[in-house]
Amino acid sequence: MSANLEREKGALSSSEPVAEKGILVPKILFGATVISILASIYLIFIYSSIEKTMGVVQKIFYYHVASAWCTFLAFFVTFIFSILFLAKRKRIFDTYAYVSAEIGVVFTTIVLTTGPIWAKSSWNTWWAWEPRLTTTLILWFIYMAYIMIRQMDGVWDKKARLASVFGIIGFIDVPIVFFAIRWWQSKFHPIVFGNGPSQKGGGIEPDMLVALLVSITALTLLYSYLLQKGVTLENMRIKVTQYKEKLREDLEN
Amino acid sequence: MIRSALLIAKKDLYSELKTKQVLATMIIFAGLVILVFSFAFDPANNTTKAVIPGVIWVIIVFSGILGLNRSFISEQRNDTMQGLMIAPMDASSIFLGKFLANFSMMLVVELVSLPFLFLLFDFQMYGGFGYLILVLMIGSFGFISIGTFLAALAANSKSSEMLLPLLLFPVTSPILIGAVQATKIILTNIEKLSSAMAWIQLISAYDVIFFVLCFILIENVLEV
Repeated sequence: MSANLEREKGALSSSEPVAEKGILVPKILFGATVISILASIYLIFIYSSIEKTMGVVQKIFYYHVASAWCTFLAFFVTFIFSILFLAKRKRIFDTYAYVSAEIGVVFTTIVLTTGPIWAKSSWNTWWAWEPRLTTTLILWFIYMAYIMIRQMDGVWDKKARLASVFGIIGFIDVPIVFFAIRWWQSKFHPIVFGNGPSQKGGGIEPDMLVALLVSITALTLLYSYLLQKGVTLENMRIKVTQYKEKLREDLEN
Repeated sequence: MIRSALLIAKKDLYSELKTKQVLATMIIFAGLVILVFSFAFDPANNTTKAVIPGVIWVIIVFSGILGLNRSFISEQRNDTMQGLMIAPMDASSIFLGKFLANFSMMLVVELVSLPFLFLLFDFQMYGGFGYLILVLMIGSFGFISIGTFLAALAANSKSSEMLLPLLLFPVTSPILIGAVQATKIILTNIEKLSSAMAWIQLISAYDVIFFVLCFILIENVLEV
């Protein structure tokens, strides 16, 4: 039985890295998240004007787009930390990659839930097999697979190595999601920023733009808060496993 | 590097030739897929023609998965994977060798099963035979190259047979979309060849990107 037990490499670090900064950063992030989310809710529902054709339903657009942005950000962070892990082989990089991927899946789920709600009222269908939707769904599947790799049995450095490799492979899909609208010439999603294919552009009102930018900031702050918390939690879990291992060794001897 | 890759491919194909285990399973499975599709879509119906391109790729994907699963699992029984990894050669040549073996087996399966599909569904092809071969080649190339890579990755897990499809299908989906579209255009209306060529270019770009990526990253997967 003991052959199956996971041996954590490396002794416990004696120094306790709990500095002033370690407590202050999450507090600041938490405060900023709460304030900006409240501000974004005010801007979305009271400040910004109601869209002409879609009406009140369009309000879901702000969080939909902001979550989509956070999805890209989260998977980009996973990608960067995967490369860093493969280069430097430090456990902390792997923890960041893992936690970021988990949060990314949550945000993708939000995008995939708010999307159909909005679609039902504006396109009159829950789902369309349109390139961007399909690729977002594929993205969700890819990062579910990433989490499945993490759930594999075995020592952590093997899992971390394989997951990093898959994190890099999977991220190649992200630009495709982003450029899908131009590659496959979708008919549903308007190009909001820039001129668009017809050179007329969808365009966005200035007050809506403010609301959108604030909600993007709010969700980005939420993301960084969650990332920070998740990494702290994961580090604690690693530490507990190490203590358990140490205890077991002490008992054996 | 090429020489040791060819050596590994030769070893795999030779042991396959002795047992004929995987290849037979793949071909019989492909036949079964055709059978199931004949129940699902009435072959006498004219609309069935529209699903033929899809059926071709379903056959390739599902029988391909069977072969890919075996290619690294079979190395585990006597711990020969360890032997391969500590042998004086690059991890990339293991990948290349395994890829060549899987790719040639895939081509054999396609060669046997697709004529049967056309025969049994009484499918009339309107020219463009060379283009069909081209699409099949580059489509299978991309699928098998990423498949071999992810099979090496999944082989580390105890439940790799379950893990591999979950990893492989989402990653290869762009290739499959492109391949099915291109096959459809070539088989049903060859006049729109230019859009088929656009899809072919997309698949080729994918093939190149992922093949290079797998080549670089395989060092990290096959680590002792």
